[in-house]
Amino acid sequence: MSPSPVFPIAASVFRESVRDRVPYNLVIFAILLMGASYLLGQLTAGQELKIIKDLGLAAMSMFGLFIALFIGIGLVSKEVERRSIYGLLSKPISRAQFLLGKYVGLVVTLVVNVGVMSVALYAVLGYMAVTESEDFKRGWEAPALDPMLIVAIGLILLGLMLVTAIALLFSTFSSPMVSAATTLGLYVAGHFSDDLRHLDQSVDSRVAGVLGRLLSYLLPDLSVFDVKARVVHGLPVPFDEVAWAVGYGLVYIVGLLAVSILIFNRRDFK
Amino acid sequence: MTAAIRTQELTKDYPVGFWRTRRYRALDDVSLDVARGEAFGLLGPNGAGKTTTLKLLFQLVFPTAGRAEILGRPAGDIAVKRRIGYLPENPSFYDYLTAEELLSYFAGVFGYQGAERTRRVARLLDTVGIESERRLPLRRYSKGMLQRVGLAQALVNDPEVVVLDEPMSGLDPIGRRQVSDLILGLRTEGRTVFFSSHILTDAERLCSRVAVLARGRLMSTGRIGDTDVFGIRGWELVVANVDPVRLDRFRTEGVSVRPIADDRVAIDLGLETRPEQIASELVAAGASLLAMNPLRDTLEDYFFKTVGRANTDDTADRFDA
Repeated sequence: MSPSPVFPIAASVFRESVRDRVPYNLVIFAILLMGASYLLGQLTAGQELKIIKDLGLAAMSMFGLFIALFIGIGLVSKEVERRSIYGLLSKPISRAQFLLGKYVGLVVTLVVNVGVMSVALYAVLGYMAVTESEDFKRGWEAPALDPMLIVAIGLILLGLMLVTAIALLFSTFSSPMVSAATTLGLYVAGHFSDDLRHLDQSVDSRVAGVLGRLLSYLLPDLSVFDVKARVVHGLPVPFDEVAWAVGYGLVYIVGLLAVSILIFNRRDFK
Repeated sequence: MTAAIRTQELTKDYPVGFWRTRRYRALDDVSLDVARGEAFGLLGPNGAGKTTTLKLLFQLVFPTAGRAEILGRPAGDIAVKRRIGYLPENPSFYDYLTAEELLSYFAGVFGYQGAERTRRVARLLDTVGIESERRLPLRRYSKGMLQRVGLAQALVNDPEVVVLDEPMSGLDPIGRRQVSDLILGLRTEGRTVFFSSHILTDAERLCSRVAVLARGRLMSTGRIGDTDVFGIRGWELVVANVDPVRLDRFRTEGVSVRPIADDRVAIDLGLETRPEQIASELVAAGASLLAMNPLRDTLEDYFFKTVGRANTDDTADRFDA
């Protein structure tokens, strides 16, 4: 017997995303982009390693965001729209298990997609490490196959998991359009939470300052997951900072899932 | 023994409108008992509250008041959901899956694995008559085929109680016959079948009892064949070669005489007349007795009377103020 219906539901989300051509296209596009960045590196003496790492990590973030956003906002609303939710929720599944299954399924999809992109990035970097001369390598700020890249990728993935949880939350009660707009808005705002926190230093309004600070604590701070620039330049990323980002991300995700379940548990499917 | 399905004063209001929402009463104080092993038909025209009742049983919507129980447990109980099956109205599933994959998915949700899952899926698809199409994506299926897949998924766990929302909808005559046989088979196996329909002949053929809903209210429940609901209101004699003078005498006595074809006629007798006496007289006079049938209210009559009453009597708006 299967330990939980969460797994078949998660597997179905993954299967649907695999049959959906969008993730494939995104992965192919990401690989093409990394190839292009390599060609660009050929023209930019001494900077190609940084450019490839930078573009590779940025592409992972962007394509991961597209996957999290466009699949995430439809996770629940599509089931309601096509009325397939009636058949599924009549089975021995709680609504919480349904949501968790959907979430886990999309996270697995993201892990596989980011994984494929990481392998492609490392393959390009590995090729460079083998083919470039030792003299040339001395100018690199960090080694080509820098293990810190994995930390950066891991934090990108955690950030995407948080975005997925936001998309899932909105998907439980609103239309895909509203979910997409709100999730994207929060994603953008989440990268500026530091600016919001210090709004009182740039505007001459106490109310705006307090409001900004309040919002900065409420909104997800996605900047904590962004260590790309430092990793690319070979600068240190302290363990404490990574641990804080992981803890913050997990707590925020659990909180978002809990709110999603609370809302979803009360919803009527007319 | 606890009832298979019990609703007590079940009521459901839906909010209507975006700004200044009003409440629309979809179901109003419905109390029902469905015994184990019976086939029970929930009848009513469109908008009567049939689908809302069934959704309340699976907690797809929550009651405004009252309660619903299946097999003695509250609606939505996970343990009970292992023992029941549900066919939603106009079922719609994941159109990128094949019928095999869909049933395999649902079987997996119930915890069936490996060879047992494969066997179960194949058997169910055989049962509902999905043959070589089982490996086609559902987006290629006709409405009738989707209905059959819907039935198969409702039976994936060998349920004790099967709840079917308009199971005959979208089916051609052969499909209707197959589904009828399937329901009769479930009944023979001792399972409880609770289904909604607005097709009365189906209910007449399949149900031991029916309930009629109209405008969200329970109008009546009755056992088919129960004289209270479908009482005998007379007898019909089908006879041939009757002396025309005798037929004229029937007519002058106010008895309805309906020519059928050739020399055959149908004579409708009231309950106060003993049909066997009239039949003997006619046969003694040289007529041939072809049939003697009880005249009952059909389900159509019953349905029309009760629903008609709801439509004409109903002065209360289903919206709140």
